[in-house]
Amino acid sequence: MSTAVKAQPAIGDRLVHKVFPPISRHTLALYCGASGDHNPIHVDLDFARAAGYPDVFTHGMLVMGYLGQALTDAVPPPRLRMFSTRFVAITQLGARLTCEGHVAEFVEHDGERCAKLALTTKDENGDLKLAGEAVIAL
Amino acid sequence: MIDPSLVGRSLSPVTAHVEPGRLRYFRETLGETNPVYGDARAAQAAGYAATPVPPTYLFCLEMMDAEQAFEFITVIGVDIGRLLHGEQRFTYRAPVVVGDTLKFQPRIVSVADKKGGAMTLVGIETKVTNQNGTHVADVSRTVVVLNPKTA
Repeated sequence: MSTAVKAQPAIGDRLVHKVFPPISRHTLALYCGASGDHNPIHVDLDFARAAGYPDVFTHGMLVMGYLGQALTDAVPPPRLRMFSTRFVAITQLGARLTCEGHVAEFVEHDGERCAKLALTTKDENGDLKLAGEAVIAL
Repeated sequence: MIDPSLVGRSLSPVTAHVEPGRLRYFRETLGETNPVYGDARAAQAAGYAATPVPPTYLFCLEMMDAEQAFEFITVIGVDIGRLLHGEQRFTYRAPVVVGDTLKFQPRIVSVADKKGGAMTLVGIETKVTNQNGTHVADVSRTVVVLNPKTA
């Protein structure tokens, strides 16, 4: 695992890249149970329509879960110090997500030499869904 | 509009157990196959006492084991259908592994109207400690409340 990231990555290096299968209604139902997030807007079409949406839509935290998976495929989990994201846009049913992360800068975090990664999740049209950051120990 | 005097208010603490079966269901749902999360020996080789939780799982544990998963919605007084998730941050301070018992202590840290009152952002920060009293993580979220249009 520790070989997944070079000891001295350079600014601009793409460390993270993973493509996920299309998001189905079944995935949303499973995630509702698996996450404890029982907000009906993600699984109950009648509720979503009554709230003004055309259909149910993906839990933001499912999308962040995929981004986290892509992140720790590339970076050993013990090196992860911080992981954050903005939810830029709603992720629709059927979206095929691509998660990426590039080295943005080197920072000191609690006295430790770290790299800050700029993270994105985009759908199959290239539309940005999540814009995030991670701080990883080098 | 949401009462700005709610800033500083603590929500009910939550005690959550990191259970292997629930964690496996989460991994299967996300198609997570990294052995560090599913194989105790791989986890130990990476330096963990037992299999660790994936990066976003703390968010789930707090909701699953809360007596009221959406207590903050009642406190701020809005309908769940008007919420969106704005931002989320995890700061990791010590490992969280299967078998741990965690205490979550959430509090409201900000209430801010945006776009001329069309939406209100509510910030909630949660300190997470384990069974040994070790401060393992801080979890922070910003919830977007879409306010009803005023005619």
